[in-house]
Amino acid sequence: MKIAVLSGKGGTGKTTVSGSLALSVPNCQYLDCDVEEPNGSIFLKPDIKKSSPVNVLVPEVDASKCNQCGKCAEACQFNAIAVVKGKVLIFPQICHHCGACVLACPNGAIKEVERSIGVVESDENETFLQGKLNVSEPISIPILIQLKDRIKGDKNVIIDCPPGASCTVVESIEGCDYCVLVTEPTPFGLHDLKIAVQLVRKMQIPFGIVLNKASQDSTIIHEFCETEGIDLLLEVPFSQEIAENYSKGVLPAESSEQWKDRFKTVYEKIERGAKK
Amino acid sequence: MKQIVFISGKGGTGKSTLVSSLSILVKSKLIADCDVDAPNMHILLKGEVLKKADYYGAKEAVIDSELCVKCGICKETCRFDSINDEFEIKPMKCEGCGACVIACPQNAIHLEEVKTGEVYTSKTSRGTFSHALLDIGAEGSGRLVTEVRKNVSTCIKDEEWVLIDGSPGIGCVVIASITGADAVVVVSEPTKSGQSDLERVLGVAKHFGTPAFVCINKYDLNSEVTSQIEDFCEKEGVKVVGKIPFDPDVVKALREFKTPVEAGNEAVTNEIKSIWEKVSESVMNSES
Repeated sequence: MKIAVLSGKGGTGKTTVSGSLALSVPNCQYLDCDVEEPNGSIFLKPDIKKSSPVNVLVPEVDASKCNQCGKCAEACQFNAIAVVKGKVLIFPQICHHCGACVLACPNGAIKEVERSIGVVESDENETFLQGKLNVSEPISIPILIQLKDRIKGDKNVIIDCPPGASCTVVESIEGCDYCVLVTEPTPFGLHDLKIAVQLVRKMQIPFGIVLNKASQDSTIIHEFCETEGIDLLLEVPFSQEIAENYSKGVLPAESSEQWKDRFKTVYEKIERGAKK
Repeated sequence: MKQIVFISGKGGTGKSTLVSSLSILVKSKLIADCDVDAPNMHILLKGEVLKKADYYGAKEAVIDSELCVKCGICKETCRFDSINDEFEIKPMKCEGCGACVIACPQNAIHLEEVKTGEVYTSKTSRGTFSHALLDIGAEGSGRLVTEVRKNVSTCIKDEEWVLIDGSPGIGCVVIASITGADAVVVVSEPTKSGQSDLERVLGVAKHFGTPAFVCINKYDLNSEVTSQIEDFCEKEGVKVVGKIPFDPDVVKALREFKTPVEAGNEAVTNEIKSIWEKVSESVMNSES
């Protein structure tokens, strides 16, 4: 079973929920797909033993074969190549590694070379995996693809997604059996939750909601779940203790058996929900 | 006119709360929300949309089934696994790179522009506001951010400041938000994850040569991490321009769509004023 944890809005508690699930679900593999700002390791404290670079292919021009015709720059849809004053300039950071320039070059002057944009790290048994985008790199999708290639079919997989609802989230949740949407009882939490709901519905993945920082003062998320007929899997109350533990890198399921049991129950609900 | 971008690395640290508070306190300004896939500023600014435009920020391959002979060359060429066995383009997978267009011996494939979102110009009681919404799961969020920033610059009359609400992360959206800005203010929080994310996002600002300031929100939640953040900033030569105390009333007011300034929260308001004084002075002085 593959479970993705996402939220739309950042800072609602994706890592709190995905990390707690990883501590509570049997035979589990945890993937931190928030490769721009990975935080899972702060809470799960894995012993990182393996690290492999994520390489992408970028063009390199052989000046002796190039006649500056400009066909490569014309073919590139991402403005990663420009021909200026008889010279071909390549901007490797915005290259999407598609190979169109190689196909477009009539002189066979472009070859592709490897370039590292980040790493995939794991513990010895690959029960914990995280991707890290190098600082100043814009494109993270190739790291997500490599992370997901390491998924083991016989494991329960928990995927901690990036915030938002753009292509990186699509890549992270693709092929998952169930999505857990984490939200908070504020107008912002609800607004971004609705975006996340549209995304998982578009991708036809069963889903349920975890309400974090729940407060008796607000029922907006309950009302939304009721109107939309969405399962509310768990409520984590707003508490100074949970917030302080979080600040130190301690998850609810790590600090108390009671929370561990609650997340086990969430997992049972997920199993049932994924079959619906 | 000076552009100040508010980012955080980690989400949910209080960017939008700070920017919407400043949108009341700063006199001569325009406002932009560059968090295009989970925008929140419009909820607090309650504006009236004056102009709405579809944005075509990506391309997608289209296969003409009449011309296609199913030779399979496009599938071999595509590095994004976006062509299915029936030789149709899989939704949300195509990058719009055009490699298949070049490779197809039948000339059966062409690229079409795809709508990826909407860009809005709104009138609010606090000034003109530029924002956008990315279509669900669309490509090209970075380009949409660039469009929001272009849109806000066409609105400038004689305003002194553009206040830009950024997005979490360090990737393309953040880079598009800070490129060419006069300064970034990183809104951090004293948690282990907030600290780690702050360090990475400051690295991005440094790489692109954008002057950075740090403000620590809810600083009293964990004084140990707060002082570690202060030490790190000092070592990096980044000024900590303010520390905002944790106050459950801030969240309570936000639930009623009110910033701490509107809710009359004096302690928080004064700290935000002081943050702005330090940032604005420093940006103005660096010019001379």
